[in-house]
Amino acid sequence: MNETRKPRVATVSLAGCFGCHMAILDIDERLVGLMQAVEFDRSPLTDLKTFTRRCDIGIIEGGCCNEENVHVLQDFRRNCDVLIALGQCAIMGGLPAMRNAIMQSDAPLRECLEEAYITGAYIRNTTHQIPNDPALPLLLDRVYPCSEVVEIDYQIPGCAPGGDIIFETLSSILAGRFHGFSRDSFKFD
Amino acid sequence: MSGTGFSFTIDGVAVAAEPGQTIMEAADAAGLYIPRLCDHEGLRHQGGCRVCTVKAGGRSVSACTQPAAPDLVVENETPHLNKLRRDLVEMLFHEGNHLCPICEASGNCELQAMAYRLDMTAPTRFPYLQPSRTLDASHPDIALDTNRCISCGRCIRASQDVDRKGVFGYVGRGIHRRVAVNADDLASTDASIEDAAIAAGTCPVGCIIRKRHGFATPIGERIFDKGPIGHDIEDKRRE
Repeated sequence: MNETRKPRVATVSLAGCFGCHMAILDIDERLVGLMQAVEFDRSPLTDLKTFTRRCDIGIIEGGCCNEENVHVLQDFRRNCDVLIALGQCAIMGGLPAMRNAIMQSDAPLRECLEEAYITGAYIRNTTHQIPNDPALPLLLDRVYPCSEVVEIDYQIPGCAPGGDIIFETLSSILAGRFHGFSRDSFKFD
Repeated sequence: MSGTGFSFTIDGVAVAAEPGQTIMEAADAAGLYIPRLCDHEGLRHQGGCRVCTVKAGGRSVSACTQPAAPDLVVENETPHLNKLRRDLVEMLFHEGNHLCPICEASGNCELQAMAYRLDMTAPTRFPYLQPSRTLDASHPDIALDTNRCISCGRCIRASQDVDRKGVFGYVGRGIHRRVAVNADDLASTDASIEDAAIAAGTCPVGCIIRKRHGFATPIGERIFDKGPIGHDIEDKRRE
């Protein structure tokens, strides 16, 4: 019954810049061995938009800035045994979270959108409106770290995390022997 | 002062001290690093951040203010104390807006380096307060991004005791206590880029910014890229 199968991995970029996905490529030639050891399911790498099966590991890049991010993250939690937050945005909001604390503003989201689309000095927006197409996901009041939305099992710090720390962490989690990071292996920047 | 010296132990290592020396001063001279954030060489001790908390004779004290005493038994590098320190540092990360990826001080930042040293991989155990704080770029040479301030008061002591100016001071109480400038904005004070309070290294984080100096040293070649915080003190012992 317990036939050996490859661990299944899913990845997604929420409110991130895809830099952490790029950082996965920094694993370099070790990627070949890793690709043989695992099978990718839902991921921008496979272009699968939904889960085909339950996955062992879900890798999340970016925090939650809109309702779609929250739905996708909850879908990952439902379909993955282990969730890994990859990079500072997933861990603590990162750059998008700058909009949470726009100084002295009672409505930082409104102020952010008005500056971006209406009042900014270098804006050429012929509609003079904040985009409001119903197809656009609703923005959240602030940007949330993944761990404030669902339970996160592991976090790999960095912006973006280096190839070595991603490889070491993924390999040791796959082997079931992850015991934290060594002091000189991680950075927040 | 010879003849009046005495010795005590830190983590079982005998350390020589003179009367009046604090535990931290004696430890620094002996090449034993006690983590600290609000204490800075050349400034009077404050004992505010409590990151330097050690067990002296079984009691928790701040090593930067507690005088060394003969035959005192001090615990410093214990899992329990380092966990307390990590919690303090983690709470500082949650209290302000500490976005390392966008901060110019990243790599020179003592808060970040202390988090690395204390194995704080990611701060997520507490809610982020995400306060709304001011950015004061009024001064021609200096900017203050108070989002990153940890209220250590090093700029206050440097300005009062070294510069004799009193540009900075504390306002408010409890969790609302903040470092503020002694005028409407920094440009209205007599702060100067030559001040000890503004000098690189006085502000442990990226709050006091010297304009036109940003990124002069690239990320990867900065102070704490060369070794963990405290390695300069610990190297003394290895020599």
